[in-house]
Amino acid sequence: MTAQERLYDCRVAFAQTLENAAAADPRIVAVVNDSVGSSNMGGFRKKFPNRLINVGIAEQNMVGVGAGLANGGLIPFVCGASCFLTGRAMEQVKVDLAYSRSNVKLCGMSSGLAYGALGATHHSIEDLAWTRVLPNLTVIVPADPAETEAAVRAAIALEGPVFLRLSRMGVPALPCPEPFALGKAARLRDGRDVTLIANGTLVHVALKAAELLAAEGIDARVLNMATLRPLDRQAIVAAAEETRAIVTAEEHSTLGGLGSAVAEVVTETCPVPVRRIGVPETFSPTGSTSFLFEHFGFTPTSLRQAALDVIARKR
Amino acid sequence: MIMELHTEPGIGQLKRISASIRGRSLRMVHRARAGHPGGDLSSTDILATLYFAVLRGDEQRQMAPGRDRFVMSKGHCSGALYSTLAAAGYFPEELLDTYMQPLSPLNGHPDRNKVPGVEANTGPLGHGLPIATGMALAARITGASWRTFVLTGDGELQEGSNWEAAMTAAHHGLDNLTLIVDRNRIQQGAPTEETVRLEPLADRWRAFGWAVEEVDGHNHAALLDVFARVPFQPGKPNCIIAHTHKGQGVSFMMDRAEWHHKVPSDEQLAAALRELEA
Repeated sequence: MTAQERLYDCRVAFAQTLENAAAADPRIVAVVNDSVGSSNMGGFRKKFPNRLINVGIAEQNMVGVGAGLANGGLIPFVCGASCFLTGRAMEQVKVDLAYSRSNVKLCGMSSGLAYGALGATHHSIEDLAWTRVLPNLTVIVPADPAETEAAVRAAIALEGPVFLRLSRMGVPALPCPEPFALGKAARLRDGRDVTLIANGTLVHVALKAAELLAAEGIDARVLNMATLRPLDRQAIVAAAEETRAIVTAEEHSTLGGLGSAVAEVVTETCPVPVRRIGVPETFSPTGSTSFLFEHFGFTPTSLRQAALDVIARKR
Repeated sequence: MIMELHTEPGIGQLKRISASIRGRSLRMVHRARAGHPGGDLSSTDILATLYFAVLRGDEQRQMAPGRDRFVMSKGHCSGALYSTLAAAGYFPEELLDTYMQPLSPLNGHPDRNKVPGVEANTGPLGHGLPIATGMALAARITGASWRTFVLTGDGELQEGSNWEAAMTAAHHGLDNLTLIVDRNRIQQGAPTEETVRLEPLADRWRAFGWAVEEVDGHNHAALLDVFARVPFQPGKPNCIIAHTHKGQGVSFMMDRAEWHHKVPSDEQLAAALRELEA
């Protein structure tokens, strides 16, 4: 990461987009669990005091309240720290939202390792595994401010439950060769030797890894898989067939998230070597988010090495 | 049996409707070889009173946006709910014969995407009151006059999510929300008070900021009267503790824990139907 690179907290884009959308659409309301500050909803509350519902520290209730608001014709954005929103209220997410097809937008803030040294209780590295298995639920992991804005707008346009997984970690603005399309991977860089598939905070890391590989004459494709469900199987199959080696990278457990989703498709369609970069079946040691990113190898050099490994295993 | 929907039923009519719903529920459980007859029978008079005399705004049975909402939080008593919805005209009575059969819309627990009239998917306990709280907030935010009613079991109140919602509803002063507790005093395997004590139940709701009334949950006149008086206090959500009997209407099922989910034999069904028709 260069010193000059400007970093953005995607919660800002999230809140601005939601406020703008709410000004135009009176159906949009927000529900928080005493998380006005951490969800960056202070501006929303100031502009729409009657449309910001604080249910207190009560996540099961919060998700149920969201389902009820949707039944009443509103479009609730239910916002809370992702670790509590998903883990604490998982049955409500399953039954009240996914099974019921409620028009609720679940916004998991500060996901992944964003809470750093607060520890494993506050890390949300299981949320994609839990939500990805639920029918009817659309799961989006935006990678930068522009994609966050597009994801919020797509969530509003979609009639049905959505899980938006957001971070508080600074990320650079990505090059955007194609506009965000729900359920479609964005090909940020083309290549034929290996494919790096990432989401969220690891997308810019994958791009930097591709630059390192390019300096060595290795041509890496980079896919931003912002929508985890429904999954862009076509893009994965094409990557397997055309580059014959895949590395996945996500701020999540190696079990159940993007890496698992990609591996499922690859093994069923076109088996090629796959390496999954993520938190490897462990609770994190103490340390800041940037320490943990280094610790778990969420770095360009680590992704580069993983790419070399899968390329070496190509048949 | 599709009732006249635009006329106020009398007490005699509500009694006849309730007896018919009870018979229907038991035949469904008998046919499906599964279900929760004890709770079906304890909640029937409350359901019949709501659907035939209290809920407004959906006379065409097409889920009109301005309808009063009713959430069946005790979703395991789907036999009573489906029988009531069919009697009220939400779908043909013949459909009840498919209860829990392969590919039937009538799952063991209600699905709002498959069954007209169902507002919320329930089954896991403690989901209905938070959802109903959200509904009441929606009416408040949009300035709508429709009301929200939710029926929970009593054992169900051991789920903490109810008390999260209780605090939220009271904090927001949702007097357009009415909770009815089917206080039959028996949960799956034993009396509530031997399992995890609920009493003093009315005081607990009052302490949470709700206005509370207690009523005989099998007395249609008393139920009509208490529903006519909501909101009990402006600015407070309403709690009606309806004292009921598990298995009400069938002597050998009444107040017996085993009928929570026991299936009647052919002889037991015939005997039960004779009692209900008497």
